[in-house]
Amino acid sequence: MSERTIVVVSAGLSQPSSSRLLADRLAGATARELEALGHTVDVETIELRDHAHAIVDTMLTGFSTGELARAIDILTKADGLILVTPLFTTTYSGLFKSFIDILDKDSLTGMPVLLGATGGTSRHSLALDYSVRPLLTYLRADVIPTSVFAATDDWATSGGTPAENKHDDVNPLPQRIERAGKALAARASARENEGPADPFANAPSFLDLLGNS
Amino acid sequence: MQFGIFTVSDVTTDPTTGHTPDDTERVRSILAIAKHADEAGLDVFATGEHHNPPFVASSPTTMLGYLAGVTKNITLSTATTLITTNDPVRLAEEYAMLQVISDGRMDLMMGRGNTGPVYPWFGQDIRQGIPLAIENYALLRRLWTEDVVDWEGKFRTPLQGFTSTPRPLDGVPPFVWHGSIRSPEIAEQAAYYGDGFLHNNIFWPMSHTKQMVEFYRGRFEHYGHGRADQAIVGLGGQVFMRKSSQAAWDEFRPYFDNAPVYGHGPSMEDFTRETPLTVGSPQQVIDRYGTFVDEVGYYQRQLFLMDHAGLPLKTVLEQIDLLAGEVVPELRKIVEAKRPEDVPANPPTHAERVARAQAAGAAGAGHVGGTEDRWTGRRAEEGSAESQQSRTGTAFGL
Repeated sequence: MSERTIVVVSAGLSQPSSSRLLADRLAGATARELEALGHTVDVETIELRDHAHAIVDTMLTGFSTGELARAIDILTKADGLILVTPLFTTTYSGLFKSFIDILDKDSLTGMPVLLGATGGTSRHSLALDYSVRPLLTYLRADVIPTSVFAATDDWATSGGTPAENKHDDVNPLPQRIERAGKALAARASARENEGPADPFANAPSFLDLLGNS
Repeated sequence: MQFGIFTVSDVTTDPTTGHTPDDTERVRSILAIAKHADEAGLDVFATGEHHNPPFVASSPTTMLGYLAGVTKNITLSTATTLITTNDPVRLAEEYAMLQVISDGRMDLMMGRGNTGPVYPWFGQDIRQGIPLAIENYALLRRLWTEDVVDWEGKFRTPLQGFTSTPRPLDGVPPFVWHGSIRSPEIAEQAAYYGDGFLHNNIFWPMSHTKQMVEFYRGRFEHYGHGRADQAIVGLGGQVFMRKSSQAAWDEFRPYFDNAPVYGHGPSMEDFTRETPLTVGSPQQVIDRYGTFVDEVGYYQRQLFLMDHAGLPLKTVLEQIDLLAGEVVPELRKIVEAKRPEDVPANPPTHAERVARAQAAGAAGAGHVGGTEDRWTGRRAEEGSAESQQSRTGTAFGL
């Protein structure tokens, strides 16, 4: 029975935040499925609010230190990633984007990623697909097809019978969370992260460099 | 270990007075700083090469050539010379000229520059940064070590029977360093040739510096230049000192907070903890810099950035006095005590390199060819129309 590490990133700003709530639910669904598949699961959660100043410092200095460096290290070694951002003015929050910007551009290659977002109304739900997904596609992450948007109304659903659900009778939030969690678990189960590439181990020999110049 | 200073030549407003030096004032302040460093007894002065404001050091060999004439002992160097965008033919000539003028009291460090746009300014492509550094340096070495060069590459016109002049002093080229912050390829290049490697770690945590230096050392040994711990290593550094630690912190903080590179970012507390920046008394600088040999092994050159962020000239000269007078003598004792016996104390001097080359029969000629120009068949003094006419047909080897 092999271990899988799921890293959860929440870019919610308030405490408690609905983004963190969604992130925890997605992590729970993923972990349950991974356990059902026979894995032991370690869930690590990164609240970007805790690293907000350090993220800006990293953008200015070019290197991360301390707790943020440790968080990035854990993230790049994850077997699956859950990224949840609030939607601000039509897209991911600036803090979320800044965090993604300071990651090594190759560090998420092939990483199974489940996307989640929160917003005021369901009218913003496609932001996940027109802005957040392309960002991760650019980084060559393995983004699972299902992503989960939770509007304020969604938190009123109970997950019970359609009659009890006044807001999204067809596809209530708890069901979407379960489906997305299962999909991420399947990917994370199939692929164990070998960790980030060692830039020194992969450095070409000088004779190759001379030959290519 | 050599101790010295390097300038990036930034023109920055002094945040405490609002004074901004103009380019002339800044260039002259750099000359004053270099002369002062020589008089104070520091070992190295190195200048950057930049071609964009707010930097003024665009013409390193002009500056270093002047300094060669007005200084006595200090080694003149660069931090860095752009191996990517300078024509290697020009580099071969300019630095051989500097070597002759300074009587070998110089070396130089190759680098790739600090800004992308510098590439197109000199007709190059930033995406070719590493291949340019590799090809140009390979050609530069040949121009210095081979008297007559036939060459063809990707990035400049081919050379047929080309001789770069003046030939290197005593037939031995200057010692070369390679500076890189994060490219293993450059550390690999330095290792391949047995050149020096300097990690300018002023904005980086020691954990990263250590990785880069270890990689270079391992490859230096791999290519058969000696043991890993005998490789020639340099580090960057940054300090601000006053007699009392508190006075140093109070005086330097506005410069730190407004500095072009890290200002308005991390706190000085965080930055001094994570990087080699040390603000405090000379003793605190000694204590901290004395530990770097424990991290990267004994190394041969420690450079400090002192004239930046708008610090006034007077303050910079005081910093040099503190460094040369109080820090270096103590620091040298500490690091020398940690030096293994068969590890070189310093980078090789010109005299040492000449002795080594002569022992190996590898010193080149001091002059190539006769007094005739191979292309025109003309002697240097034959400039008159009459003499040209009489030799019609001799041009182009006809």
